[in-house]
Amino acid sequence: MKIRLEKLTKKYPSRDRKSREEVTAVSNFDYEVPDGKLIGLLGPSGCGKSTALNMICGLEKPTTGRIWFDDDDVTDLPPEKRGVGMVFQSYALYPHLTVRQNIMFPLENFKGKDKLSKEEMMAKADEAARLVQIDQLMDRKPGEMSGGQQQRVAIARALVKRPRVLLLDEPLSNLDARLRLQTREEIRRIQRETGITTIFVTHDQEEAMSISDYIVVMNVGEINQIGKPQEVYDSPVNLFVAKFLGTPPINVFDGEIKNNALFVGNDRILENTGLGDQKVTVGIRPEGFLPDPEGSLVCELSSIEVMGRDTSVVASHPACQASSLRAIIGSDSREGLKTGEVRFKIKPDKVHIFDSEQVRIS
Amino acid sequence: MEKKSMKGWLYLLPAILFLGVFMVYPLVDVCIYSIEEGYNSASQTFYGYGKYNFSYVLRDPYFLQAIKNTFLLVIITVPLSTIMALLISLALSSIKKFKELFQTIYFLPYVTNTLAVGLVFMILFKKTPYSDGMINALIHLFGGSSIDFIEGPYWAKMLVMCIYTIWVVLPFKILILTSALASVNPVYYKAAKVDGTSSFRIFRKITLPMISPMIFYLVITGFIGAFKAYSDEVAIFGTDLNASGMNTIVGYIYDMLYGDSGGYPSYASAAALILFVIVLTITCINLLISNRNVHYS
Ligand SMILES: Nc1ncnc2c1ncn2[C@@H]1O[C@H](COP(=O)(O)OP(=O)(O)O)[C@@H](O)[C@H]1O
Ligand SMILES: [Mg+2]
Repeated sequence: MKIRLEKLTKKYPSRDRKSREEVTAVSNFDYEVPDGKLIGLLGPSGCGKSTALNMICGLEKPTTGRIWFDDDDVTDLPPEKRGVGMVFQSYALYPHLTVRQNIMFPLENFKGKDKLSKEEMMAKADEAARLVQIDQLMDRKPGEMSGGQQQRVAIARALVKRPRVLLLDEPLSNLDARLRLQTREEIRRIQRETGITTIFVTHDQEEAMSISDYIVVMNVGEINQIGKPQEVYDSPVNLFVAKFLGTPPINVFDGEIKNNALFVGNDRILENTGLGDQKVTVGIRPEGFLPDPEGSLVCELSSIEVMGRDTSVVASHPACQASSLRAIIGSDSREGLKTGEVRFKIKPDKVHIFDSEQVRIS
Repeated sequence: MEKKSMKGWLYLLPAILFLGVFMVYPLVDVCIYSIEEGYNSASQTFYGYGKYNFSYVLRDPYFLQAIKNTFLLVIITVPLSTIMALLISLALSSIKKFKELFQTIYFLPYVTNTLAVGLVFMILFKKTPYSDGMINALIHLFGGSSIDFIEGPYWAKMLVMCIYTIWVVLPFKILILTSALASVNPVYYKAAKVDGTSSFRIFRKITLPMISPMIFYLVITGFIGAFKAYSDEVAIFGTDLNASGMNTIVGYIYDMLYGDSGGYPSYASAAALILFVIVLTITCINLLISNRNVHYS
């Protein structure tokens, strides 16, 4: 099922009692979620991701705008009439109920002609539990399980009534690093197996990039960019998106276009930019640096960190906005590198140029 | 090691002394008194040991009346006050405007002097040469005839007693339950709402289990408190509770010690031990029931 979000805006009355100003948590959210895909809703803390998700779910009513599930306008429907399953960051498993009772909880709410027999509920709960591979633990209480297992129970509970949409709000934040990696693969697998349209909220760009079909990057309540993860990474629309995606983060320099060439400080790093003379901000991805004695970017190398396959080079440059820049180079180009002056050749497709409004122009 | 435990005992000494003098010694004393037959407080002599004191107390119509009164009071006020406190707390936690104001109003009786509360009840229920009390005025309004709540029929006196007791214990229970309700993580309600859970089911399946430890605490202390009822009865019916037929077990114990017909520490002790056994039994039953129904996180 596809979801159409039409100019969704949510304003909250200010939490501060004295001020009458409203807080705009989400503004003009416009997006059509394609059917059966996994969407990563990505942005820094407080940018309005949860608010957007809660509006899709029905826990919050949009101040303006409409929500369509296929051809149904669900804007004014309560959550249970929309057919959504939701997984919360803290799992929200009922601690006094067993895993089975937790998973069956949504089914027991069915009334009238939808009402299920005890056997049907058991069967559905078992099926959902098998899908997330916790069918061995049905009689435990949540408190007797690990975080990862609790997360699976929460997913099973969200899936058991076969929702049309699965919504996950930072589902992995409470897990440790290893479990997080494992569980996100699991979510990907479950999504593929069920083919259910899924929206996955996270502030961790790596998480979003690794499992999403499409990512939606938000900043202060607004959508900045939508696209396949690699596309967004390769051509960010603005400096914020460029900085937000990628680990290590993109290196940002003050630069200038003069006579069609790009200067960073005094170093002329790119020719034929096709841009008029102006001050610009330059972003260079860590993998865009090639150590080369003939290279045009002159830096001061301060340390070399070998991280398995790759080598991370920490250096500084007078025009760099941060005190140091970080480059990732293949192990073969490591030979001969030492602290002191180092020259890099820059890969043109790893360079992004932003105008004074921080919008990317090249 | 030896030295260390010596030091520990030394630190405990003040508490042990205090507890010994004011708790353990009287407790042992009560047990001894209760089996001393024919004790004379003037000469401090007795005939011998036996269970006569118990059989006397258990056959004393005043004691039987006190038991009946106390049990009625317990059975009526403990569940009723807990349920009422729960309903009021639920209402309080669901409103937004004036929440603090209402919380304060409901808590006021708790910080109000018992005698002032007694006065209010006088105005409400007591017949005087000038008026029949406000409740009777209301009854008149609807065409009924006056009832003497203080010196009239048993059921009327019991009614006043129960209302008074509930009124006195309610504020504390409301205070405990509102904070218990506030401590339930709202994410559970969100999750339940997404699944379309009805408010009644949310209450039964989520709220109630989550605040069950607090409810259990209130029920246990409520039972114990109600079994020890005495001063509230005096505030309404005066000191001669046997005459008005509204005595309680603790009232009976007091009367046996210091009342007009008092001076019988042996009977008082026997009654006190009987009360102890009753409270112990009820508390054990409560604990057994709670094992199945109270959820600690
Ligand atoms: N109930 C609320 N009342 C007032 N402001 C809120 C409320 N919920 C969220 N906000 C504000 O809206 C903004 C977005 O919040 P949220 O959607 O939770 O962000 P995210 O999930 O991306 O961290 C924040 O500035 C937050 O303070
Ligand atoms: Mg959030």
